[in-house]
Amino acid sequence: MENSLGPDAKFRDGLSKGQINLQQCGDCSQFIFFPRINCPHCGGTSLTWQPASGMGEVHTTTTVRRRPESGGDYNVCMIELSEGVRMMSRVDGIDPHDVKIGMPITAFVGDIDGAPAVLCKPAEG
Amino acid sequence: MTNEFRGKSAIVGVGHAGFGEAHGQTAYDIMAQSSLTALADAGLKLSDVDGLFCTMMEDSMPVLMAAEYLGITPRYIDGTMSGGSSFVNYLTSATMALEMGLCDVALICYGSNQRTASGKLVTASKLPPYEGPYSPRYPISGYALAAARHMHEYGTTRENLADVAVAARAWASHNPEAFMRDPLSREDVLASRMISDPLSKLDCCLVTDGGGAIVLVRAERAKDFPNAPVYVLGSATESSHRQVSQMKDYATTAARESGKRAFAMAGVTPADIDVVELYDAFTINTILFLEDLGFCKKGEGGAFVSDGRIAPGGALAVNTNGGGLSCVHPGMYGIFTIIEAARQIRGDAPGIQLDGVDLAVAHGNGGVLSSQVTAILGSASTL
Repeated sequence: MENSLGPDAKFRDGLSKGQINLQQCGDCSQFIFFPRINCPHCGGTSLTWQPASGMGEVHTTTTVRRRPESGGDYNVCMIELSEGVRMMSRVDGIDPHDVKIGMPITAFVGDIDGAPAVLCKPAEG
Repeated sequence: MTNEFRGKSAIVGVGHAGFGEAHGQTAYDIMAQSSLTALADAGLKLSDVDGLFCTMMEDSMPVLMAAEYLGITPRYIDGTMSGGSSFVNYLTSATMALEMGLCDVALICYGSNQRTASGKLVTASKLPPYEGPYSPRYPISGYALAAARHMHEYGTTRENLADVAVAARAWASHNPEAFMRDPLSREDVLASRMISDPLSKLDCCLVTDGGGAIVLVRAERAKDFPNAPVYVLGSATESSHRQVSQMKDYATTAARESGKRAFAMAGVTPADIDVVELYDAFTINTILFLEDLGFCKKGEGGAFVSDGRIAPGGALAVNTNGGGLSCVHPGMYGIFTIIEAARQIRGDAPGIQLDGVDLAVAHGNGGVLSSQVTAILGSASTL
């Protein structure tokens, strides 16, 4: 049954098991995100799934301001993983104002409002 | 130099309505009032319109709703929705439709009551699935991500961003049609409430009601109308993404490509342009588009806009009506770039009318820096 899942469903299925999986194009070798049936770089359709390294850095970032009583300020950023793909995420574990462009991060599967989501934390060391 | 598209169509009527607060009016009322004003400006009637180009922030079939409201049965329609750039994009399709004889009188129109109806920016967009969970504030956080990257790569500062807002207000202060005309200083902008770093409240466009309309005909009959025709010399589009998370280079927009092609069609360069009307949804837009359209080098936009250089009396006249930042921003601003550019060329701009304007740029932006459309407009002397 799993093979009948479309790329979006397959990615989410991975998340639900705690895995961040990325598609890689069999024709041009590039990794892609978001999941889809064709490679946006070369048009190829031989896409395979690979576990992401989880290593990356903050490509650009913003702090969304919010009243303290509503939960306070929070981070929204674009991360670039070592595979070369970017995705929207949030750096957890530090003050949102301390998130900087170029900061090394480690991505992990966390939870937002009860649903699994790619989050990240500052890389250790 | 001669391009098949260049000078084939002309704007012979412009109109607007409901600027600021249009209490008790629907978006379609404002669209229709704008259309009637533009048609009257052109000396035409609703029954003359046989080509309709429209999108709105409500309904799934707004061009059909608009035709129905106006009581016309157009033989050519285009309701392509590329966000606020749509109306500049229609200059291309309207010119082609006119040239091919698919219609004779093209009406481009828009209206919104979002200020009095809801009091906040209304967007027809749902957050994309790979962004929604992170709750970026749409659309400002997308523009903030671009601004942060531009600052990181080129040293652009919040003071540079503030100077864009200050210049827009300075133009607006002379424009009786502008919604915000009170003096504004760089300090005011820097002190305004931060919303999504590095963009504060005064880095954001207004939320107003308002509508606009343009009447376009084939150039061969453009001199038969009451006002001096404004010719479409070039019009080009480039779509780079829809979701801001798919933007390839956060410090460079597709305006680089749309601008290059529009200037090539028109056979002119940025140095020839007398006035520039850009879609300034946020202060970073003005900096990005001036760079990407070639008015300054990439990375030098911050310095280019600083210290009054794009304000009245500055080196380059940009957003002479006050723009979306200080004049009007009813959800989608694109049509007003064309209207102000046309009025500057005609010589009947509502605020500061510049002397001897023959060439103008109207640049539309849609989505989150997603769709860029550049038009070059010119007076009869530029043909």
